[in-house]
Amino acid sequence: MGEGVDLSSVSIDFGNFRAVDNVSVEIKPGEFFSFLGPSGCGKTTILRMVSGFLDPTAGQISIGGRPMNGIGPNKRPTSLIFQNLALFPLMPVWENIAFGLRVRGIGKAERRKKAEELLRIVDLPDAGDKMVGQLSGGQKQRIAIARALAVEPKVMLLDEPLSALDLKLRQHMRAELRAIQERTSVTFIYITHDQGEALAMSDRVGVMSRGRLRQVDTPEMIYNAPADSFVASFVGENAVMDGAVEGYQGEFVRFKTVDGVFLGRPGPGVMPAAKSRLFIRPESIRIGGQPGANAVSTTITSVVFEGNVISIVGHTAGGSHITTQSTNTFGSARPQVGDQATFSFDPSEARVLISEDAAKVPAGGH
Amino acid sequence: MRGLVRRYGLALTAIFIGISAFWMLALVWLPYSIMVEQSFRHYLPFSQIGGPTDVYTMANYLSLFETSAMKDLLGFTIPITVYIFLTTIFYSIVVTALCAALAYPLAWYLAKRAPVQTVPMLIMLLIIPMFVSELLRTYAWFILLAFSGPLNVLMELVGLQKVRWIAGYNGVLVGMVYTYLLFMFFPIYNSLTSLDNNQVEAAQDLGAKWWTVHRLVAIPHAKAGISSGCTMVFMFAVGSILVPQLLGSPSSRWFTEVIIRTMFESQDWNAAAAYSFLLLLVCIVFVSLMMRVFRVHLSDIAK
Ligand SMILES: Nc1ncnc2c1ncn2[C@@H]1O[C@H](COP(=O)(O)OP(=O)(O)OP(=O)(O)O)[C@@H](O)[C@H]1O
Ligand SMILES: [Mg+2]
Repeated sequence: MGEGVDLSSVSIDFGNFRAVDNVSVEIKPGEFFSFLGPSGCGKTTILRMVSGFLDPTAGQISIGGRPMNGIGPNKRPTSLIFQNLALFPLMPVWENIAFGLRVRGIGKAERRKKAEELLRIVDLPDAGDKMVGQLSGGQKQRIAIARALAVEPKVMLLDEPLSALDLKLRQHMRAELRAIQERTSVTFIYITHDQGEALAMSDRVGVMSRGRLRQVDTPEMIYNAPADSFVASFVGENAVMDGAVEGYQGEFVRFKTVDGVFLGRPGPGVMPAAKSRLFIRPESIRIGGQPGANAVSTTITSVVFEGNVISIVGHTAGGSHITTQSTNTFGSARPQVGDQATFSFDPSEARVLISEDAAKVPAGGH
Repeated sequence: MRGLVRRYGLALTAIFIGISAFWMLALVWLPYSIMVEQSFRHYLPFSQIGGPTDVYTMANYLSLFETSAMKDLLGFTIPITVYIFLTTIFYSIVVTALCAALAYPLAWYLAKRAPVQTVPMLIMLLIIPMFVSELLRTYAWFILLAFSGPLNVLMELVGLQKVRWIAGYNGVLVGMVYTYLLFMFFPIYNSLTSLDNNQVEAAQDLGAKWWTVHRLVAIPHAKAGISSGCTMVFMFAVGSILVPQLLGSPSSRWFTEVIIRTMFESQDWNAAAAYSFLLLLVCIVFVSLMMRVFRVHLSDIAK
């Protein structure tokens, strides 16, 4: 059974660069938790602090309720899967898997037995005597997982383990990782910059940007109710309009843009005069509707056939690009480039969110 | 070969190959072959060379065992030349081991721990003393270690007894380790820089203590460097003449000194050649042993 991981106000500085800034999150025992964020936002740094290779400049990390200050990586109940896997090329596969047992002084026969067992778990029963160099990318991946599982960790830390694989294998390994996690009920902390991966695998996702944790939520909530502009634009596609909040109307706010006034659901921290933006997902936009009732007239600038859907981009008079998707039903009429069309959307599916630079201010200083 | 001809034309290719062949044959193989041949012939007055007494013989090799002076070694009484031969090999191994023991931590520190900006400076500091000739450096150690030298003055200042540093093989060991350390350091340093830091961290993460990381991950990775360092240092040490002559004590004898004496004092080049080849043989045996122990190939060592 896994153990919970608590990060409370964790920060780390490299010189005067703050790579991780005041991150707090409680990861539950047995949870599959992902950190999602663009390259360089501090994901690997968080993982290295949890595994003990880096000490936080400020804040506290606890695993299973025990503070981890001063406990080295070889004494923590965590196993790290490295971005480049870091298998040992001079040892056969089974010795790789049994490495953690070997350094614990377990005898050769027992090590071999345990390695065979783990090779079956990762579905490579005959690979034990091969050398690492003879394996394919996906096979190395599984060996790295088996090696990490061999020491029976309470928490598995995975640093973009699928990034080197091709699309098909990546999708297969996603399902496999999730299955291994459910079978072992070890806590998984997973790092990725691939939103599809994070949404598909995780119980909860923490979205990061420039060292800060922007939102921690279930995949549905991250997608449907992003907390700020960064999260909305990093996860999924949007039509974006700039403007300002005029006032409230029931549960919605009136958002004034150069193309008119629209109603939308306000995100956290949105108030009149605060800099904010309107986000609408392509699947929430319909073609048709009456101008004035959350609708805007556009000129179609592109129509792209994408197989199951057709992406249609309209250009508003105020200069916004709005993308919608219509399902490709056989024989349906398609708008043509140059056509005039009205796009409309439901106020409950449009979100008014504080913009990224404004979002930095209320989140607490250094 | 055909590629060379295509790239440089027939004439240039012929010149290249001619020069290489001249180097190998005339400058390496020819003198060595003459010496090998000499080592199997008697040392004769000029008038008898080519005469009926000039026959092939093992006498030069056997002469090693025919010295009258004897010495005890581990309970055996053996001729002094054999004794010197064996102690030379033994102390060369000691020098090699000391160099490895000193160079590995230094190489580890420079390759893996030192801040990247300071590494070039630290390596320069290691190399600069090598700009001074071996002779001067060895003299410097002779002065340092002399009975009334600076080291003993310092010892007296802090209230300790003066020590006769150059006694037994001490001086020779110190001098050789100092002279040959870098030949051990650089191959190890090179092989350690190519070790992926993530592998070290993966080992730690899986529970390895620092010395287990070295035993199971770092040293196996660096074995080509270690074995080529050991090969070089051993060969230099066995063939060293300057250090044993300058820093030797009355009780330390190096086999190269025996060869030099045979060559220049006895003028017996035939025996000297035979002794030299025995030394070469030892080196070949040592290299093969290194390859066995570390399970590396000759091409790895040559790197
Ligand atoms: N040891 C270090 N010294 C100085 N700066 C560092 C160090 N390690 C990381 N950084 C900086 O901290 C920031 C976060 O790095 P980190 O490796 O955590 O990013 P990441 O989110 O894992 O990115 P990627 O997706 O590209 O792997 C980067 O700007 C990086 O340059
Ligand atoms: Mg990273």
